Amino acid sequence: MSLKDKVAIVGMGCSKFGERWDCGVADLAIESAYEAYEDAGVGPEDIEAVFVGQAYAPVGGLAASQVVDALKLGGIPLLRNENYCTSGHIALFEACMAVASGMFDVVMALGVEKLKDTGFPGLGAGRGMNPVTEARRTAPGSFALIATRYFEQYGLSYEEGRQTIGKIAVKNHRNGMLAPKAHFHKELTLEQVLSAPIVATPLGLLDCCGNSDGSACAIITRADNAKALRDDPIYVKGLGVAMDAMLPHHRPDFDWTSFNALRKSSSKAYAMAGIKDPRRELDLAEVHDCFTITEMLIYEDFGFSERGCARRDIDAGAFELSGDLPVNVDGGLKCFGHPIGASGLRMTYEIYKQLQHKVDDPRRQIANAARGLSHTFGGGPQISAVLIAGNETG
Amino acid sequence: MNVGIARTGVYIPSYRMKRETIAKAWERPALKGERSVANTDEDSLTLAVAAAVSCLRGTQRETVDALLFASTTPPYAEKSSAGLAAVAADLKDTVHTADFGASARAGTSALKAALDAVAAGTNDRVVVTAADCPLGYPKSDQEQLAGDAGAAVLVAAEDLVAVYRAGYSVNNEILDSWRNADDRFPHTAEGRFAKDKGYSRAMSDVIDGLLSRAGLVPEQISKLVLASPGLRDGSQVAKRLGFAPERLVDPLMMQVGYCAAAQPLLLLASALETARPGDLILLASYGYGADAFLFEVTEAVLEQQKDAVVARNLARGRPLDSYSRFLSFRGLLETQPGEPFRTFPSTSAYWRDQASLLRLHGSKCYRCGTTTTPTNRICPTCRSKDDFELVRLSDRTARVFTYSIDRLAGRSDDPVVVQTVCEDDEKTRYYMLMTDFDAEDVKVGMPVEFTFRKIYEGGNYINYYWKCRPAASAEGE
Repeated sequence: MSLKDKVAIVGMGCSKFGERWDCGVADLAIESAYEAYEDAGVGPEDIEAVFVGQAYAPVGGLAASQVVDALKLGGIPLLRNENYCTSGHIALFEACMAVASGMFDVVMALGVEKLKDTGFPGLGAGRGMNPVTEARRTAPGSFALIATRYFEQYGLSYEEGRQTIGKIAVKNHRNGMLAPKAHFHKELTLEQVLSAPIVATPLGLLDCCGNSDGSACAIITRADNAKALRDDPIYVKGLGVAMDAMLPHHRPDFDWTSFNALRKSSSKAYAMAGIKDPRRELDLAEVHDCFTITEMLIYEDFGFSERGCARRDIDAGAFELSGDLPVNVDGGLKCFGHPIGASGLRMTYEIYKQLQHKVDDPRRQIANAARGLSHTFGGGPQISAVLIAGNETG
Repeated sequence: MNVGIARTGVYIPSYRMKRETIAKAWERPALKGERSVANTDEDSLTLAVAAAVSCLRGTQRETVDALLFASTTPPYAEKSSAGLAAVAADLKDTVHTADFGASARAGTSALKAALDAVAAGTNDRVVVTAADCPLGYPKSDQEQLAGDAGAAVLVAAEDLVAVYRAGYSVNNEILDSWRNADDRFPHTAEGRFAKDKGYSRAMSDVIDGLLSRAGLVPEQISKLVLASPGLRDGSQVAKRLGFAPERLVDPLMMQVGYCAAAQPLLLLASALETARPGDLILLASYGYGADAFLFEVTEAVLEQQKDAVVARNLARGRPLDSYSRFLSFRGLLETQPGEPFRTFPSTSAYWRDQASLLRLHGSKCYRCGTTTTPTNRICPTCRSKDDFELVRLSDRTARVFTYSIDRLAGRSDDPVVVQTVCEDDEKTRYYMLMTDFDAEDVKVGMPVEFTFRKIYEGGNYINYYWKCRPAASAEGE
C-alpha cells in the first residue's frame, strides 16, 4: 500500500540546537512540542498517540515514557524507536502509518536527544555487534573509511579529495548563517576547512558535524482532515527505509563508494512519490551530512549526480542555495549539530517550512518550493530513511 | 625413541627503547644497548600466542595435544593463561594445558615437563610457549636490562631439528631476587651475594653436572646457551668453566634484554638458526636453581633455517623514544581516566563468541563459498542458514582495502587508532584495528598479517581480539 497523499503534517516545532546546558530532555521536548501545537492549532488533549525517536535514552532505555511524562500526555499509547541516526525519521514514519491505518486521527512524532548530558565528547559508532570488538571506534573514523576508498576508486589525490568534500562544508556553513536555530553560525573559507586539524584521516575537524542537543516535533493527521486544521498542510508523498549489513565492511564486494541502504531507501521513496528524475523533480533536499564525505556519497546514491561525478557537480555549484538542486539549505548537520534522534524531524521541519514558504529567514527560502526530501543515514553506517513531501496532493 | 624439538618460534615486540632513554629520565648512567618494549595492546599472553603461532605455522595443529605456558608476569594472578593461549592458537578442545610460573626458570620447567611427557608417551606433540614482560624498579639497572619477548618450541618424537640427549637440574634455595605476593617490582639481595651464591654457583653446578652425566668436555659443546639476567653473567660462567668465548650464544641483551622465562627458549631458537647438523647445544637456565639440557642438532634444522624467524624479529624494530610513554604502556602510570567509550563487555558473550573472537574463525558457506568473520549463521550472499564450516583465518595475510587514521579514538598515551578494512586473496573481509603501524606508511593495498592483542580495558578483565599489522614481508618496501 502506498502512503502517498494519505497523510499530512499539520504542525511542526523545532528547538534551538546547540550546547543546551540549561535544558534537560524534558525541556527540549516541551520547546519543540509547544511550537508544534501552536503551529497546528491543536493542544495536548488532541494528541492520540506519541512516537518518539531517541538513540541515547538517559535512563536505561526509558525514553518515550520520560517524554510523555514531561508533556503530560498520559492515557495514550507511546512508542519509542532507536535506529541510530534515523530514529527521528522512523518516529515520523510510525506516526504516518498509525494515522493511515485509521486507528488515530491526530498523533505526534517527536525526536529529542540530550547528548551533552552523556559526557561523551563525541559519538561512538556501530555498537551492538559485539561487546569486545566494538571498542575504539569513532564516527569520524568509521566514515573516513568511505572517503579513503572513494578517493582511491575515482583517482582523487588526497589533496583533490579533501578540497572536493571541503566545498560541501563551505556551502553548508554559508547556508547555516541564515538559519537562526542552528548551533553554529560561522562562515568558513575552503582554506579554513583544509587547514583545520585532522580528526580521522582524511577528515578534518571542519568535515565533521558537531555534537549538539535538540528536539523537533511533528503533528500528523489524515490528508482528508488536514485542511480543517490549516490551509497549507504538507503532504507525505513517499517514504523509504532500508538497511545495509550491520557492518557492510565484512561483506565481500562491498566497495565503500555506494550503500544498499542509500540506494534502496531513496528508490522506494521515489517510487511511492512518483519521482523519476530527482535532480529535476525535487526543489530541495536535506540529507545526512554528518561528515562532508557522507553528503558527497549521497549525491550519487540518490541519483542527484551520476556515479563518480559528484565532484563535477560540486564544482559547478549544483547543490548551493542558488543551484539547481539546493541541498542542506539550513546548514545541515554541519551547522545544526546532530542530536541523533532529533535530526530526522529537524530536517523535515526545514522541508515543511520551505514548502509552506514560511522559512524563518526568508533569505534562504527556495522560491516556489513544492517538493522536498529529507533524509538520515546512520549506524556503522547501515540504515537510511528518506521522506518526500509536497505542498499539494496529486 | 628420540625426543626433542621439532620447531621453534619467537616473537619480539617491535618497539625498542635505548637504555640511555631510561637512564636520561633518571639522570643516571646508561647501560649499553636497547631493550624491546611490548606495545600498549601486548602482554605476556599475547607475546606467548604470537610465539606459539610462529612455532606452529604450517604444521598440523590438530595433532598438538598439550600447550604449556610459562611466565613470571602472566596477565592474571588467578586464571589460566595456557587455556586462553591454546584457544587463540586454535588448538583442539581436548588439548592438555598447564601454567608454569614463579621463577625465570619456568620456561625450562615447562620444557622439561614436555620432554618427559613425550618420552613417557603421555603426549605426542607439546607446545611450550614462554613469554615475559618483567619490570625492574624505576631507576634500577633491572629496569634497563629487562626486555619483553615470547618464544615457543614444539616438543615431539618425530621430525626433530634437535634431539634431546641429556638433562640435569639443581635446586638452590636462596633469596637473591624475589617478589612478594602483593609486590609489583622484585626485590634484590646485595649484588655480590646474589651473583656468587645464586646465578654463578647454580649455573656452574648444573653445567658441570650435565657434562659429567653425558661424559663430555666443554670443547665438545658447539653452542652454549646461557640465560642471563645481566650483561656479563653468562660469559663469566662460561669462562670459568673453560668454554671458548665464541661458543657462547649471543644472549641478545643488546637488542632485546632479559626476558625472564622466555629467554632460554628465545636463545635456543636463536642458536638453532645458525646451528649445523651434528652440533651439540647445551642450554642452561637459572631461577632458584638451574636446569640444563643437551641437544644434538639434526639435518632437518637446515629446512627450518630458511625462515630465520629470530633474525626477522630482530630486524623489525621501531624506536620508542619516550620514557613517559613506556611508564604508561606498562601501567606504571595510569592513562588519563575516563575512556571515550563506556560499553562494557560481557563475560557470557566473550565465552560464546570465542570462535570468532579468540580463534579468528570465519564461517565459510557450503553453498556459495562466501567466508565472513565474525561468523554469520545466515550467509550474507545466499542466505543459507547454518550451512557453513568454521575456517581458521589467523594464518592468512590480507591487503588494506580502506582505512582511517583516527587521532581521537585511542588512549591518552597512544591516541592514534587506525581502523582498517582488509581483504585476503579469497575475498574474505576483515574489519579490524591496525597495530604496530607508522601512520605515514599506512596505505590502500599494503599487506597485513593478523596478531592477537588486547583490545581495550573494561569489565575488570582483559579483552583480547585480533588486529592486523603491517606484514613482515612489507619491511623495507
